[in-house]
Amino acid sequence: MEPSEHSGAERAGVPTYVVEAVVAALVVLMGLIVVQGSRSLGSGWTTDGPGAGYFPFYIGIILCISGAGIFYQALFTKAKNTDIFVDNEQLKRVLQVLIPALVYVAAVQFLGLYLASAIYITLFMVYLGNYSWIKSVIASLVVITLFFCMFEVWFKVPLFKGVLDPLRFLGY
Amino acid sequence: MAELSALFHGFGVILTPMNILLMFVGIILGVLIGVLPGLGGANGVAILLPLTFSMSPTSAIVMLSCIYWGALFGGAITSVLFNIPGEPWSVATTFDGYPMAQQGHAGAALTAAFTSSFIGAFVAVVMITFLAPLVAKFALKFGPPEFFAVYLLTFCSFVGMGKGSPFKILASMTIGFALAAVGMDTVTGQLRLTFGIPDLMRGFDFLIGVIGLFGIGEILISMEEGLAFSGKSAKINAKVVFETWKKLPQYWMTSIRSSLVGIWMGITPGGATPASFMSYGLAKKMSKNGNNFGKGEIEGVVAPETAAHAAGTSALLPMLALGIPGSPTAAVLLGGLLIWGLQPGPLLFVEQKDFVWGLIASMYLGNLVGLIVVLTTVPLFASILRIPFSIIAPVIVVICAIGAYTVHNAMLDIWLMMLFGVIGYLFKKLDYPLAPLVLALVLGDKAEDSFRQAMLVSQGELSIMWSNYLVGGISTLAMVLLFWPIISRIIAKVRPPKRDEFAAEQPVD
Repeated sequence: MEPSEHSGAERAGVPTYVVEAVVAALVVLMGLIVVQGSRSLGSGWTTDGPGAGYFPFYIGIILCISGAGIFYQALFTKAKNTDIFVDNEQLKRVLQVLIPALVYVAAVQFLGLYLASAIYITLFMVYLGNYSWIKSVIASLVVITLFFCMFEVWFKVPLFKGVLDPLRFLGY
Repeated sequence: MAELSALFHGFGVILTPMNILLMFVGIILGVLIGVLPGLGGANGVAILLPLTFSMSPTSAIVMLSCIYWGALFGGAITSVLFNIPGEPWSVATTFDGYPMAQQGHAGAALTAAFTSSFIGAFVAVVMITFLAPLVAKFALKFGPPEFFAVYLLTFCSFVGMGKGSPFKILASMTIGFALAAVGMDTVTGQLRLTFGIPDLMRGFDFLIGVIGLFGIGEILISMEEGLAFSGKSAKINAKVVFETWKKLPQYWMTSIRSSLVGIWMGITPGGATPASFMSYGLAKKMSKNGNNFGKGEIEGVVAPETAAHAAGTSALLPMLALGIPGSPTAAVLLGGLLIWGLQPGPLLFVEQKDFVWGLIASMYLGNLVGLIVVLTTVPLFASILRIPFSIIAPVIVVICAIGAYTVHNAMLDIWLMMLFGVIGYLFKKLDYPLAPLVLALVLGDKAEDSFRQAMLVSQGELSIMWSNYLVGGISTLAMVLLFWPIISRIIAKVRPPKRDEFAAEQPVD
């Protein structure tokens, strides 16, 4: 990943206080869900002591209060943080990692950890690191072989090998 | 001197060839974790925890605690050579470590860092050896109200001693508690907050949280900055080591002061990061070379490293003696104890003597082994940092995924880990502290249990928290800490405080 050449020149993006407020609102929402959930469980006093929802109920209330506090601090105080939260260049770089990682996690469900990881590392190196195919394949094979030895052979922790399981003949 | 004989018994337990081998393996893995961006002490131990499931608890804890020591040592390598703190607590080490490396004294800076880490940890382990049994014995008298008061104190001190917005600390903590409440209620057996999703019945495992929040979150942050490492090369040879060792004794006062600061901050859940900053600030103020701090003064490396390691080590004291960890990594180790079927807390010292003293003995040996390993292998680990980030990043994502999967062999956990990763990225950027979230996620059920037991005893009267001097004192202290942000503001109105000069650099931990 080379650092961007025009960073700092034009920083377009969402200001930090907006993100602060959105996250604070999500915290309040989570608090409300917890309060609602624990009320339906019985947040009061039952015959044999505090009900199952007693403790989470108050946790939910504190969540709401602190979320509201952050919301207030983010929007209505003098020290409003108007810096850009992420500029487009940074967001692009973050998504470049996040989206392939999510695709990888989805692939793991079918291909198993070893196969999906090998493909993921290879593609990441080729497309984001601009390495040649040969180098990438070799590097990912080395890494995966190392993991295989470590988990299956040395520490005897079996990992999910997927529906295909091309290495079944090894007996692991 | 019952402690000493118990300690020697502990050495007897761990000194088997297999355990020594695991010790080396642990240290090397730990340094590797400490050096790699995105893998730190807490999530490194969390990822490697499943490797120990098939071992005996003593061997497992020997290996895990050595991973922890290794990670503590490894953080210093990146700070000194690359000006990139591998761990939050090594930020203060970069202030003087990196200038020393620029001037060509990387070897001396690293030797000073490793040696003072060793000394800090050693002092803290000696303290644990003699203090932990006493604390455990004292805690045997605790009932549910006392335990809840201690939990309360732990969490309130995050608010009182933390940096940044108290609302954010509270929010982070209560998110942890709320996630901990999901799943089977331990008292009534009801399903809580699962909203009819069967996979949530198991609840949120904090190991998944740790791996996602610290691992994936860190990768996303590093990615955003478009990391290009530019490091100084390090050559450590015996001559540099001995020359630096000759210089170190004159800083004995700094070492002692930093160790004490570290021990204090480690036992209270203040943690290693504030300890390193506090100790750096104190050393700068008290040293006669104070003006040279920040330009490559060896004392400026000694102070934060000693304090960080003393704190990192002391964080294990409340974990062992009370079952209440002082740092996220100690929390992961505590999670390990639970998985191996050990109940952390005061009874551990009575029922699991072999285990406890084996662990304490392994702290002594592990640190010594760690010092030797890092001094001899620095160039090797420094070269790992020269591997381009586009290879390291996918490998770390894969490691995190494997780590998350192996905790319960559940696919959903990998998705949750990614979700925690995004949360970790957002929270890091918005200065929400992550440690309270992790500790609340670990301790949520136990804190709730002790609260409910206390409430049962008192029939719902909160006054039980002030029913005797012990529990009343702890509860009052907790309340003072909880409202400290308000109290300190009032004090500041009456008497304007001195400005904290490192406030800007210190990360929210």
